[in-house]
Amino acid sequence: MNSNPSIIGTSPKRVDAREKVTGSARYGQDLRMDGMLFARVKHAEYPHARIRSIKTARAKRLKGVAAVVTAADIPGNPAFGAIIIDNQPIAGDKVRYLGDAVAVVAAETEAIAERAVDLIEVKYEELPGVFDPREALKPDAPRIHEKGNLIVHHKTRKGDVGVGFGEADRIIERSYSTQRVEHAYIETEVVVAYLDPDGTLVIKGSHQNLFNIRSAVAGVLGLPLSKVRIIQASLGGSFGGKDDCMAVLGCRAGLLSLKTARPIMLSNSREDSLVESYKRHPYFLDYKVGVKDDGTITAMEINIVADGGAYASMTQFVTWRSVVHATGPYRVPHVKTDIYGAYTNNTYTGAFRGFGSPQITFAYESLMDEIAGELGMDPLQFRLKNVLRDNDVTATGQKLDHTVSVGEALEVTTRAAGWDEKRKKFPEENAGRIMKRGIGLACSYRGVALGAEGVDATGAIVRIHSDGSVDLTTGLSEMGQGLKTIFSQIVAAELGLPIEKIQYRETDTSTITDGGPTVASRSTIIGGSAVRKAAIAAREKLGAAAAEKLGAPPAKIIASDEKIMVKGDPVRAVSFREAATMALDAGMNLSSFAWHVSPPIWWNEEEGRGDAYFTYVYGCQIAEVEVDPETGRVNVLEVWAAHDVGKAINPETVRGQICGGVATAIGYGLLEEVEMVDGVTKTMNLDEYLIPTAMDVGKIHAIILENEDKYGPYGAKCVAEPTAELCAAAIANAVCHATGKRIRDLPLNLERIVLGHKLVKKKRRVR
Amino acid sequence: MKKITLKITINGRKHTLRIDPNLRLLDLLRDELRLTGTKEGCGIGECGACTVILDGRAVNACLILAGQCNGREVVTIEGLTGKDDLHPLQQAFIDHGAVQCGFCTPGMIMSAAALLDQNPTPTEEDIREAISGNLCRCTGYTQIVEAIQAVADDN
Repeated sequence: MNSNPSIIGTSPKRVDAREKVTGSARYGQDLRMDGMLFARVKHAEYPHARIRSIKTARAKRLKGVAAVVTAADIPGNPAFGAIIIDNQPIAGDKVRYLGDAVAVVAAETEAIAERAVDLIEVKYEELPGVFDPREALKPDAPRIHEKGNLIVHHKTRKGDVGVGFGEADRIIERSYSTQRVEHAYIETEVVVAYLDPDGTLVIKGSHQNLFNIRSAVAGVLGLPLSKVRIIQASLGGSFGGKDDCMAVLGCRAGLLSLKTARPIMLSNSREDSLVESYKRHPYFLDYKVGVKDDGTITAMEINIVADGGAYASMTQFVTWRSVVHATGPYRVPHVKTDIYGAYTNNTYTGAFRGFGSPQITFAYESLMDEIAGELGMDPLQFRLKNVLRDNDVTATGQKLDHTVSVGEALEVTTRAAGWDEKRKKFPEENAGRIMKRGIGLACSYRGVALGAEGVDATGAIVRIHSDGSVDLTTGLSEMGQGLKTIFSQIVAAELGLPIEKIQYRETDTSTITDGGPTVASRSTIIGGSAVRKAAIAAREKLGAAAAEKLGAPPAKIIASDEKIMVKGDPVRAVSFREAATMALDAGMNLSSFAWHVSPPIWWNEEEGRGDAYFTYVYGCQIAEVEVDPETGRVNVLEVWAAHDVGKAINPETVRGQICGGVATAIGYGLLEEVEMVDGVTKTMNLDEYLIPTAMDVGKIHAIILENEDKYGPYGAKCVAEPTAELCAAAIANAVCHATGKRIRDLPLNLERIVLGHKLVKKKRRVR
Repeated sequence: MKKITLKITINGRKHTLRIDPNLRLLDLLRDELRLTGTKEGCGIGECGACTVILDGRAVNACLILAGQCNGREVVTIEGLTGKDDLHPLQQAFIDHGAVQCGFCTPGMIMSAAALLDQNPTPTEEDIREAISGNLCRCTGYTQIVEAIQAVADDN
């Protein structure tokens, strides 16, 4: 039995749009419950210190205070973590950054809780801090965690770089650095914790990865997983950012709820969020490349140090993605890459859209332009000479068995942007004008989904009701990316229904088994495959029920236009609703659960090689900029962004992802930096942490490339993250084209453009 | 703290309320009246998630004391929505894919509504300027600008 998936590749309206445009969507901050208390956090006063004593008596005596908890009140594990168990929701003996909590208060109002926090007295023994990951790795550096400051070392090895450099006509060495940036979702982190009458602890809030949060809360609060229920409220943006920090909020609020038996709201202010929530890793990158005079790359040796901050969080995974992709999408016969993640007393770093790729892409794509410049080649031609093609072998030794479209992306994008003409014309025109014009490009490849990071599997439940309406449940999260709509489209396609008949149920850990996190741009390819399987299984049952009545074998029956009908004979049909009723009356189960596991892949950590991902996506972005050399102002006039998504299930949503990713990368390239001085955050709100406004983002031309992949539903791969990893490099290359200045450190803010270095704020204690 | 009396029209409805003098307009809307479509993202007037229309002009409700609104008229996203029909801007945001996480959407629509009330035929530059106080981290603004332009084109 088949269907007619005509809705695939069209752009029906988002299923969650109406509630969002009317303001009726319920976000975490909109939740209220009877008897609800408000929590506030007493944060650390030193970035690295031993806690000597905590006195809470005065805070507890304040009228309206219901509870004050410290680490001593934690009934379960003191910490949680993805691999290294080091993140303490409330610090016990030691604080490691200024976002650590030493106590948490619940009170009748937020104002009372705030006053109570000020009444808590903590005595510390200040310890020397480490704020640069390169310093942290030195043998005499102060130890932040007992096992030392090295979180992880990953490597990639291919061929023999000695041989490769020997074959080269030139060796080019360059160093780059990237900055700490904030997700800057417009909704800050918030949870409401409460107890169901059966004793289940419920944490509802701005969650991205519900099952991670459940594990952390259950472990820290000493509860079985079955007694912890995580529910997602409408999520006001996440971009990888509402994972560990939401577990922290969940543990804190959950503990207070257990203590008081009342609902607890814990909501981070923007200032709390900037200090406490994890950021994107700053990287220090050293590249050495061997190249022949004809432009052939012979070898690359790469050394990278990542600032993990106070806790490991996703550092192992982020840096692994970097080590796999660090050469960029190029044929390099000899590769030696090492990456080290180190603890510091800075705000910890973790997942952020791109996940270890925006940093390396900035470096290797700046580098490609620099090499092309040294060789006197056009940056496009230099790349076209070296990019990976079908059946090529990557830096990790993986033979690519799908359509390798980075060359296509380069060609399509440069054609759309008028590359050849502008590269030639702008330098001539710039001589006579004040505002200097430039155009630059960047391209990348990106492993889809989790890869060899771990198990990659997820489930979906499709339930057909007696009236022909349908419920869809998965364990994955809508964050704004359009997952509810894409998944509903898949069910509608397979069941032959209009999308309005599909109801996407809210995401709740008590309704479906753990299907992993909503990360790594895995939802469409892994989650979509599970959804499709579940829908097909449900449809088969309808077909079986209707086959007898329609007098045709199930193989001849299709679901289309809200009917179950004989293929090629639409008169012989029953309505979808009738078929559902018939099946239910026959005692059939019209609920189906399906599970999808990614194809096999492998990684040898010892040898630094493997088939890291089961497929890859490719993209290219071009930025055209205008630079004011007097003020350092860079205007991004236009961006062309081509991304191979396999198949665009919903093109308008894909376009939204591309435009959004480009804007995020413009911020990364030009404006954004969470400035920290000796562990103290200097950018405390959105007046100091600048993200692009509508006037900072020029015209974006989204170009969708479709080379269908055998592993994706309808050939679809992914789009979310690759869109955010390119534009910072494209802008740096465009600025160089405009001004002749090569800037190797992000962001390219006013001072870097004019002075060539950053300005540092004076020290000021903010807490 | 001594309460003050506030007479205010919100979404066409007249209210007489006893409020704390330090109550922000945002808190009045969200906490007292439970009009939660108006969001809080920064508390310092930078993100625009709390944008409402006060006497015809788009303002940040986090920067205005409720007491300053005595005798004045406020429209929130809830007031823009008709009984059966959506406001043309709301419909255009849906039609043009201008909504992702949706957290900035109410404020964004209120800024756009204020713009179109004052200037029914704005240029793209006018639109970008009018929403430059509303931060969006999801969309890159492209489809938002297109949605507002489409409504303007119908004017």
